[in-house]
Amino acid sequence: MSTDMNVVHDLASKEYEWGFVTDIEEDRIPKGLSEDVIRVISAKKKEPEFMLEWRLNAYRYWASQEKADAEPKWANVTFPPINYQGITYYSAPKQKKTLTSLDELDPEILRTYEKLGIPLAEQKLLANVAVDAVFDSVSVATTFKAKLAEAGVIFCSFSEAVLKHPELVKKYLGSVVPHTDNFYAALNAAVFSDGSFVYVPKGVRCPMELSTYFRINAAETGQFERTLIVADEGAYVSYLEGCTAPMRDENQLHAAVVELVALDNAQIRYSTVQNWYPGDKNGKGGIYNFVTKRGKCLGRNSKISWTQVETGSAITWKYPSCILQGDNSVGEFYSVALTNNYQQADTGTKMIHLGKNTKSTIVSKGISAGHGQNTYRGMVKIMKGATGARNYTQCDSLLIGDKCGAHTFPYIEVKNASARMEHEAATSKIGEDQLFYLQQRGLKTEDAVSMIVNGFCKQVFKELPMEFAVEAQKLLAVSLEGSVG
Amino acid sequence: MSLLEIRNLHVTVGENEILKGIDLTVNAGEVHSIMGPNGSGKSTLAQVLARRDAYHVTEGSILFEGKDLLEMKPEEAACEGLFLAFQYPVEIPGIGNTYFLRSALNAQRKHRGQDEMDAMDFLPLFREKLKLLEMDDKLMNRSLNEGFSGGEKKRNEILQMAVLEPKLAILDETDSGLDIDALRIVAGGVNSLRSPERAMLVVTHYQRLLNYIVPDFVHVLVDGRIVRSGGKELALELEEKGYGWTEHDTRQPVGARA
Repeated sequence: MSTDMNVVHDLASKEYEWGFVTDIEEDRIPKGLSEDVIRVISAKKKEPEFMLEWRLNAYRYWASQEKADAEPKWANVTFPPINYQGITYYSAPKQKKTLTSLDELDPEILRTYEKLGIPLAEQKLLANVAVDAVFDSVSVATTFKAKLAEAGVIFCSFSEAVLKHPELVKKYLGSVVPHTDNFYAALNAAVFSDGSFVYVPKGVRCPMELSTYFRINAAETGQFERTLIVADEGAYVSYLEGCTAPMRDENQLHAAVVELVALDNAQIRYSTVQNWYPGDKNGKGGIYNFVTKRGKCLGRNSKISWTQVETGSAITWKYPSCILQGDNSVGEFYSVALTNNYQQADTGTKMIHLGKNTKSTIVSKGISAGHGQNTYRGMVKIMKGATGARNYTQCDSLLIGDKCGAHTFPYIEVKNASARMEHEAATSKIGEDQLFYLQQRGLKTEDAVSMIVNGFCKQVFKELPMEFAVEAQKLLAVSLEGSVG
Repeated sequence: MSLLEIRNLHVTVGENEILKGIDLTVNAGEVHSIMGPNGSGKSTLAQVLARRDAYHVTEGSILFEGKDLLEMKPEEAACEGLFLAFQYPVEIPGIGNTYFLRSALNAQRKHRGQDEMDAMDFLPLFREKLKLLEMDDKLMNRSLNEGFSGGEKKRNEILQMAVLEPKLAILDETDSGLDIDALRIVAGGVNSLRSPERAMLVVTHYQRLLNYIVPDFVHVLVDGRIVRSGGKELALELEEKGYGWTEHDTRQPVGARA
């Protein structure tokens, strides 16, 4: 077993040493995966029968794949084999260690919060400092919930949705990412812990941006998150996932699944700013972010936009995609992916054009620094019936230094002659003359690099909701520290 | 104390020695012109003063306000008040002109211990300088030099100079690529920045610019050495007789001041 897996192994067993779980039943849950474990997970969550059946179905499929050694290996990333039997698949919501003040926090983390411009009250929340009277997190969330209830928007944890809105869950779960989709989706379908559920009723424009930050019980992100967002006819919702603060987790593998469904004339904007722990300077111990995200533009004139800024994780392997089924539907993908030190990313998108007059836009900005390896993988598929389809793809790579790599694998499959495709790609290095120009005006090297990189990413940043955009710029600067010697 | 003191400066690029012992003294309030044929080392001198890495100083010293300029990084020299108007200004897409200039100004203000200027205070200052250089307001929202014509880029250099208010401004062939009207505007901008606290080094091929920006001193740089120095009339003599004249003339090279 590699050192990485030893670490996972050790930490997984450490859980039991903490002893805050007093329930005897829990103590008896073994590590590893089996039908029994699935039953226990479902029982603990008090799930209805249909949910358990769904999980078991997925598990059986996954097990057959695992047996056949069908774990996908085609990505342009390398990592030691994952021991699926060495993971604990159920854990009670952990009590994070409470601090009495920020002074108790690792000064390095505090420094990062400062650089990211995170307000003091938020810093306390992130570090789990005992909340004082000045910042009442409960009342903020309460006001938030009241506003949503008024509009008829359902925004709750996935587990809660299974219990309170089973008919909605049943209707849409797995309709965009079936458990047979891929190895990690199957695993997720079997053992998913929790996530978000959003339903926006007909004609409703969600009154505020939904952030996982405000979801109660979001204290700890599970490793197998499941999110489902449904926008009914004419609805609009903007959802923000993640945060710029560096997030650590003992669980190395993160295999989430996100499904979006947009009905006639509906629109979903999904933004992600992720800064998962990328591992140390030598790339050891970072998070593996293997996510399946897909949106289905089910209805006519519907629209789904994915915007992501990925600066963390040791390995990022994800392709937020759109199925453009409804006529005139629109899919968009805007991405900035940064790999520094020894990070690896194989990321991109898939746009599947099914309906008539569908349109897709892909803007991918890859930044490689240090020994980072950054791969863009995109698929644009125009099916036979997709008359009048249009796609615009732009993938740009920026290389910083001479030890990193940028790779591009665009796939274009066109089965309808009326399609219009545009593809542009550019690779560049940060020019010494550009840097010198900025330095000659008084800017320090790091600020100059950050300015050039932000300029490079501007097209993507302007698609992010405002506060996220500001955070993302700061995050990029922090992530690039030390990349230009 | 003089603003700039260059003593016996020798500069090499790769294997070639470009500057072969330059002596020059510039005081605040003075405008010096450096003239010379192609390859004489004019731009090299400008770039070395701005502290570009690629140029190796093998001998000599440069003092800027009594401080060792050769010890400074480009951004340090800039914050100390040294400005280079580039011969070929680069384009940097995605960075707005306003944002860039305000960041540069604030970096320098911070260095000087002054408060940073917020957007509200900066905009009127920017607009005022835009007017001075007869440039369009719309420029404020465009990306740095992106899509600018050659002449617009040169005017943008002087615009930045007007905002940053340096102590020593080095203008590297600012007149190249400018038509008569643009030349008049740029020269007007430069002249409005002349002050007793400021010095300028105007590097140029042609005498024409010096009709508009009248120098106090003219130095002729040939093959890495200052072979002649004089007043503004020297520029006219050069125009008449060409650079070859300086090599044939038996007069001894004069020091930095006429």
